[in-house]
Amino acid sequence: MFPIAIQKTSVPTQILYKIALPVALILWLLPLLGVAMTSLKPSSDLAAGNIFGLPSYLAFSNYADVFRNSPIAGYILNSFKVTIPTVIGAVAIACMSGFALAVYRFRFNLLIFFLFVAGNFVPFQILMVPVRDLTVSTGLYNTITGLALFHIAFQSGFCTLFMRNFIKGLPFELIESARVEGVSEFRIFWFIVLPLMRPAIAALSVLVFTFIWNDYFWATVLTTSAATQPVTAGLYSLNGQWIAQWQLVSAGSIIAAMPPVLMFFLMQKHFIAGLTLGATKG
Amino acid sequence: MTGSATTAIAGTRSGKPKFWKTNQRALAPWIFLAPGIAMFSLYVIYPIIASMWLSFYDWDGLGEKVWLGTQNYVELFDDDAFYTSLKNNIIWLALYMLAVPAGLFIALFLNQTVTGIRIYKSLFFFPFVISQVVVGLIFSWFYAPNFGLFYNLIEWITGTGVAVLADDRYVTYGIIAAGLWPQIAYCMILYLTGLNNVSPDQIEAARLDGARGWRMLWHVILPQLRPATFIAVVVTVIGALRSFDLVSIMTDGGPYGSSRVLSFYMFEQALSEYGFRMGYGAAIAVILFAIMMVFISGFIWKMIRDERGM
Repeated sequence: MFPIAIQKTSVPTQILYKIALPVALILWLLPLLGVAMTSLKPSSDLAAGNIFGLPSYLAFSNYADVFRNSPIAGYILNSFKVTIPTVIGAVAIACMSGFALAVYRFRFNLLIFFLFVAGNFVPFQILMVPVRDLTVSTGLYNTITGLALFHIAFQSGFCTLFMRNFIKGLPFELIESARVEGVSEFRIFWFIVLPLMRPAIAALSVLVFTFIWNDYFWATVLTTSAATQPVTAGLYSLNGQWIAQWQLVSAGSIIAAMPPVLMFFLMQKHFIAGLTLGATKG
Repeated sequence: MTGSATTAIAGTRSGKPKFWKTNQRALAPWIFLAPGIAMFSLYVIYPIIASMWLSFYDWDGLGEKVWLGTQNYVELFDDDAFYTSLKNNIIWLALYMLAVPAGLFIALFLNQTVTGIRIYKSLFFFPFVISQVVVGLIFSWFYAPNFGLFYNLIEWITGTGVAVLADDRYVTYGIIAAGLWPQIAYCMILYLTGLNNVSPDQIEAARLDGARGWRMLWHVILPQLRPATFIAVVVTVIGALRSFDLVSIMTDGGPYGSSRVLSFYMFEQALSEYGFRMGYGAAIAVILFAIMMVFISGFIWKMIRDERGM
């Protein structure tokens, strides 16, 4: 283990480490803690100059105000409506294309694989005008379907990379022996490989959920009205309305951040496994 | 007897199943790839080509496209706002790379087995899970004149507060600091996973040889962390060049356009109240794409080499 296990060091070092941990964490999360506290302050506190002190009382009413006086509930619903179909669509496509690229040897295999990989890294701006144009001309501009379709297509790049590498790590003998038995390729995919992909599907779903929930650029490019905008784009326009009403901005931010945060804490193992695939050999 | 009869029947029923039987291994990959290739071509490959083509036209998004030749690019090379954006992109790229050593440092700090360390690790990772929009708002509050924690801290130390986001000298650095927060968390988690897989035997062997501290880190640990470092560099470079959300949320490119980056300037030209100059925007996007392709080709080249080596 590196660095040396703290238990093997001198007692003062151990004590120092135990103190340094929470101090470092508080410093690291200071901006976030500040916003969390601001979101619970009554507006009278801010007006009276109580900016950094504790709230004079916990004003959960800020959260109620945000829900009552802004369309944030609708924005959140839109976010779910975009995110969930994207997760299902992108993961389903990637299971198939990842399987194709990992199991079969054919011409253009590596070329197609690296097209998926490279496409995943391009700047969004090079796609922006044609994608917007395409969405307008198919009548899907400013609809949830239009936004979700783009996300499915774009995410299938990253997801294919992920799935292909995962399937490469599975024992190939399983597929070989099934072929010898005369099992058709579709049944091999459905009954042999797909059940083994469950952990990858879980990891990828959590990751894609977070990516799409947090997407802001495409939301502003492809949607324009409160009826279709997801919460990231919604928060931007609300921020314009709530100038310097920091208690509302803070409460709104925390509400918008909640779903991916909950997702992360519930599915932490899968999330980190997904994110760090490739960070280690094999 | 019956067995051979059924095969005979199956054989005569039609040519199709037989054709499928003999060729399914050649056809199956293309069937599995079809939806992925279709979607990806339509929404990624085609738009890249279309943008390049569009960058030679003048187009407002609705009317006729007018051929301009290279005029958009000529205009670009004489555009101060373009140079400001390009300069800021370079600053972003350079400072964003700090996320890699900073992430490694925090990972080393947290790579212990004391009680509750798992919670610490996930809380340190926390900023990455939050949307950049929320990170932008959090830091806007942090920097806000009079209200913000940072503003007051500076005022307390130096006597006068600095409105970071309203000062063209500091604004880009202020936004980059906000961007580094989640990016460091990302690099940290990559390194924590990498450290988990460092071979304990080699560390013990190196310890017996008297390697400690920095020398140990440099000669024994870092070489083993190479895959983590590679991914950390890739995601950090891409993240730096993709920066858009924070600029849009925190300053909208201001004050006076001084915090623009190429991705934001492109959006501004193509899709904001400043005019629907799709062709000009596309030209900016092509430049950004060219810059990114330099890095992407490098990454892909290394990945192909690893793939061949496997």
